[in-house]
Formats: sequence, structure tokens, C-alpha cells
Amino acid sequence: MTAAKLYWWASESFWKKMAIWITAASAVVLIFLTFDTVAKITAGSKRVPAYSVINHRIDYVFDEKRNHQVPVIGPEEPLFGRKLSEEEAAALVSKGKLTVQAKNCMNCHTLLGNGAYYAPDLTKAWLDPAWGSKEVREQLMVDFLIDPSDKLHNVLGRRMPKLGITEEEAHAVVAFLKWMSAIDTNGFPANFKPIEQSDTPAAANVSSAPAASQAAGAAPESTPVQ
Amino acid sequence: MATLGVLDSANLNGGQKLAVKYFTVAIALFGAQVLFGLLAGLQYLYPDFLYGVLDFSVNRMLHINAMVVWLLFGFIGAAYWLLEDEAGVPVVGLALGNLIFWVLTLAVTVVVLVYLLVQVGPGEIKSIWLINEGREYIEAPRWADIGIVVAVLVFFYNVAATFMKGRFTGIGGVLVLDLVALAGLYLAGMWYTPNVSMDQYWWWWVIHLWVEATWEVLVGCLLAYGLMKTLGVSRRIVETWLYIEVALLFGSGILGLGHHYFWIGTPEYWLAIGGFFSALEPIPLVAMVVHAVFDAGHHKLKSTNNPALAWMIAQAFGNFFGAGVWGFMHTLPQINLYTHGTQWTASHGHLAFFGAYATIVIAFVYLAVQKWRGNVWMSGEVVGSWRWKWAIFLLHVGIIGMTMALLIAGYEQSQIERAIEGSTWMGYFAAQAHPWFQQGMVWRMITGWIFAAGFLLLAWDLLTIGSRESRPARRLEPQEAMAAG
Repeated sequence: MTAAKLYWWASESFWKKMAIWITAASAVVLIFLTFDTVAKITAGSKRVPAYSVINHRIDYVFDEKRNHQVPVIGPEEPLFGRKLSEEEAAALVSKGKLTVQAKNCMNCHTLLGNGAYYAPDLTKAWLDPAWGSKEVREQLMVDFLIDPSDKLHNVLGRRMPKLGITEEEAHAVVAFLKWMSAIDTNGFPANFKPIEQSDTPAAANVSSAPAASQAAGAAPESTPVQ
Repeated sequence: MATLGVLDSANLNGGQKLAVKYFTVAIALFGAQVLFGLLAGLQYLYPDFLYGVLDFSVNRMLHINAMVVWLLFGFIGAAYWLLEDEAGVPVVGLALGNLIFWVLTLAVTVVVLVYLLVQVGPGEIKSIWLINEGREYIEAPRWADIGIVVAVLVFFYNVAATFMKGRFTGIGGVLVLDLVALAGLYLAGMWYTPNVSMDQYWWWWVIHLWVEATWEVLVGCLLAYGLMKTLGVSRRIVETWLYIEVALLFGSGILGLGHHYFWIGTPEYWLAIGGFFSALEPIPLVAMVVHAVFDAGHHKLKSTNNPALAWMIAQAFGNFFGAGVWGFMHTLPQINLYTHGTQWTASHGHLAFFGAYATIVIAFVYLAVQKWRGNVWMSGEVVGSWRWKWAIFLLHVGIIGMTMALLIAGYEQSQIERAIEGSTWMGYFAAQAHPWFQQGMVWRMITGWIFAAGFLLLAWDLLTIGSRESRPARRLEPQEAMAAG
């Protein structure tokens, strides 16, 4: 290297100091934001509801002000017809989350859009119109989880394997999915069309579901083969 | 003096003897990554293939876990490789380092066997401790997490104590501080919570702050050392660039973490923070390209090890395109709302992990086999040079082909599943059944086989290159050698 005069901004010592200060400043900002975010995503907060939200109807409705869909907690509609205390609900959702982890769901499905892409996203699985009607959805979900191998999935022949999920675990997974659908995800997924949940008979929804499935080249997830 | 061209561990210093063990396991696991990638790719085309025996979830988990572990083994090996050279003293606590290598390799074997044979457990906390944590990339059960932390602490002790006993170069200083962050961040992924938003918040601390911050800085250290060794670039130049890279990588990458916090329940301010800082993330990667290409040109491509230099140049471009361009293309929230969780991510992942990380580890393995054979000639016209050239060519055709095929599938999914169908299950399968998606999967498979052929050729070349050489390595010009220290 020649003894050419080096500008201060090209010197090793300048960039060494910059590296240290920029890294430290970024880390401090991240830590401050983390304190704020953790408070805002703790279960029971506005964005991430308490586990007992599974005692209520959950919908996903367009919000004019935010200009995207947001979860809406509706009237009481206990899961499997049984109202749970906060502790019972927390235990059930936790059992569901443990099952989701132990069965490695995330290496086919996505949760909140993260995971693998071999099977549908589960963020709004609870609200998916493919379950047909809200009256039969809970039981169809449980039956499907316990043994999906003989249920019709899609025209591709891609099937979920039987993972040894017990009835108790299946109930818990459904609770976890219902709770997850109530998280405020800033409008993800966009343009989602939730299952009909109003108290009036959902005739329109029932009659349109098979037509939609044919148009999409896929059968509803839950329809048994027989 | 051992015969030139013969593999002889007497040619290596203590740290390097350990490094080649890590490299050997790394390349074997690279093979495992390719194998399970092929199986998972086939299942997209033939869904009944291995159904109920080795399901997609198992193959895909092994595909990505083999990758994380082989790259980590490669990085650890590379650090041991340069350690004595940089610090100027023998590795402190090498016996412990050797022991930990065997412990770590055994642990990896057990984890893989459990993944293959047990696969899933009941929905209880013990499954997470013993079988599978079920969280993408860090599926390793908790007992293995603890083992990994212990192993990394021993590795850190080897590196830090050796630099403290010898001399602290700029590369050494950055490496030691980076390893503190790398080891510390792993702890963020080691606890259970039923709250999926909280789970993913901390999970990204491990995944993002490893892959888009600490790993990138580690690669910066390796590239700096590699350019000094192969081209004789002066230490002052590579270390100044290294500090620039650290400033830009951490300056954009730490808060760039926000691009994972758009849709997981986290507050809306992350849309702006994540969008802004991740838009800056390609900048340091441009700096790395300029640095590598300028130095190579400045030294007229006269290197001591052509395959290693070629893989380092491939690293500079692969990192820029795979991590930088492919990341940027879908990082702003306005587009990410539709691309998030589609094959877009897989396209980016393939090019980025290969371009940024696989390349630099391969470059170091070439440096290692050269010295292992007694510092044999590996510049122009090395005997059998068609092999390394065809290997790098086939691997790049394969990876670029897979990236493009997955990108087309991702575009199609973003449009049909997300924008039009609104992400229902029906919309998902409508997109999966679409010919554009199906053709993407076929082309991914074809280019996957090309990649696999490239891997086999690479493995063959790494085992044989230099074995029929009797010429000693090209010597750096005197002033180059002096500069390289």
C-alpha cells in the first residue's frame, strides 16, 4: 500500500467506531420496541385476546378505518357447547399448541403465514368456508384431525397423514385454531371470505359451497369420501 | 516433509486438524440436505410417494435442519481453520474442542434418527424435550438445544481464549463479538409458550438475527480472511471493508427484523420500521460484491487457489442476488401481504442460503484440502480442473433453476390463492392445481436433479483435487505475502 493520504471517512478507525455505534444504537432501539411489543402481544391484550375468547363467536370483518379485515369478537358461542373459565381455556389452548408442535404441523402448514407451503395456511382455519356450516364445523374438524387419511382433500391427491392425534388432542387443536383466528394480524390474510356465522340459517352459504369447490378444482377439506 | 498431493494431517496445525473433521461432517450433511430436498420435491409431484412412511413434513424438516447444521459445522470449521493463523498461537483448549466435536456429531446423529424413526409425539411437553420442538428451523428437541449451547460455549472459549493469548486482529475481534451474539440469540428460541404470537416474536430473534445479521457478519470475517489468503489483499483493506460491512449489516439487519413482524399479531409500527430497514438490507451486500470483485480484479485474478476464489466470487453475487434482491422483492408490507407464506419465500430461501452461506463454506473446504495435501498447486490448470468447474456450474444451474421455478409458482400463488381467492383452503388448492404452479414444481424437480449431480461432482472433486499434483502452490508476490501477514 502506498503512503497516499487517506480520507478520514475511508479510514479503518472511523468505520470501526461506526460499526460499534450503529450496532449498539440499533440494539437499544430493538430492546425498547421489544418491551412495547411484548406488552401488546401478551394473551389478554387488545391485539392478542385472552384464551377464553374461544367461548365467543369470532368473525373477520372489514374495518373502514383501518382499511382491512379485523377479527371481531361476537356473542357467546362456546366451543363444543361448553363454556370454559379462563384457566380451563388457557389449558386447552396450550394442549392444542403442544399438539401442533409435537405433530410437526408447521413443516406442511403455515401458522400466521410461517412454516411450510405443502398444505393450507391455518391462521383462519377456524373461519374457513370449506367446513360447510358453523353447526357441523367443530365435529368435522375433530374427525378430520383424528384420521385424515380416508377423507377427500383435493384433486391433487395430496393428503394429510394420520398422526396419531387423540380425540382429546383434536379438541385442543380446534381450540387453539379458534383462539388463533382472533389474533389481530393487520389484515393478513387479505380478502379472506369467512364461513357464514349469522344466526339466520346459512342457506346461501351451504348451496354455494359445492359450486365454489368445483370452480376451484378442489373439494372441501372436510367432506368424507363415503 | 510429506509428499505433495498426499492427504497428511502433518500438513495442518491443531485447529486445522479439528476444522477438517467439521468440514467432513458438513459435506456429508450437505448431501443429506440434497437427498431430503429431492424426496420432498417428489412429493409435490407424486403425493402418495412415501406417504405414511416418510411424510413431507419429515423430509422437509430434515431438508432444512440438515442445512442449518451443515452450515453451522462449516462455520465452526472455518473459524478453527483460521484461528491459529490469525491469533499466531496454538488453539487454547483444543482437547476439549475435539471432545465437543464428537459429542456434537453424536447428538446430531441421535436427533436425525429420532426424526426419522419416531417422527411425532403426543401433545405433551415431553415431546418437545425428547422428539421434536415443531418450530421451523429449530425443531431440535430441547435436550439437543442445551447440548448445542454447551458445544457453542466450548467453541467460543477456544476462539476467544486463543485470540486473547495471541494477537487480536480486526477479524478476530469481530469474530469473537459476533459469536457472543450468535450464541446468546439461540437462547431466545428455547422456551415454550402457548401464545403463538409471542412464540413467533422470539423465534424470529433466532432465525432472522442469525441468518440476516450474525451469520452475515461471520461470513464477512471468512471472506476477509479468504481474500487475504488467496489473493494477498492487504489486511488493512479487508479489515476496513469488514468494519463497513458490520456497520451496514447490523445497521440494516437488526431493525430489519421488523419485516417478520407484519402479520403475526405484533403492532402496526413494525410495518414502517420493518419496511424501511429491510429495504436497506441489500446495501451491505453490494459493498461485499464491490469489495470481492475489485480485489480479485486488482490482483488480476492471480490466486493461490482458483476454486476457493471462484466460490468466494460466487458468494458475493449469490449473497447479493439471493439475500439482497430476492429478499427486497417481497419485503415491503404492501407486497408481502400477498407473498407471505407462499413459494416466494421458498424461492428466496433457496437462492439466499446457497448464495450467501453454502458458497463460503465450500470455498473454505477448498482452502482446507489444498493445505491438507501439503499446500499443493490449485491455481490455473490444476490436474482435473474440469471437475470443480463443472461442479460449480451444475450447482449454479440447479439452484438458479429451482429459484426461478419456485418464483413462478410463488407469483401464481400470490395472485390466485391470495389476491383473488382470499387465502381460503379452496383458494389454496385452486392455486396448487393451476398449471403454472404444477409446471413450476416439475421444473424445480428437474433442476433439483441437476443440483444433485453438481453435488456429487463437488464431493468427488473435494476428495480428489490436488491428488495428482506435484507442483507446490502458487506463491503470492513478496509484497502480497507480507501484506497478508
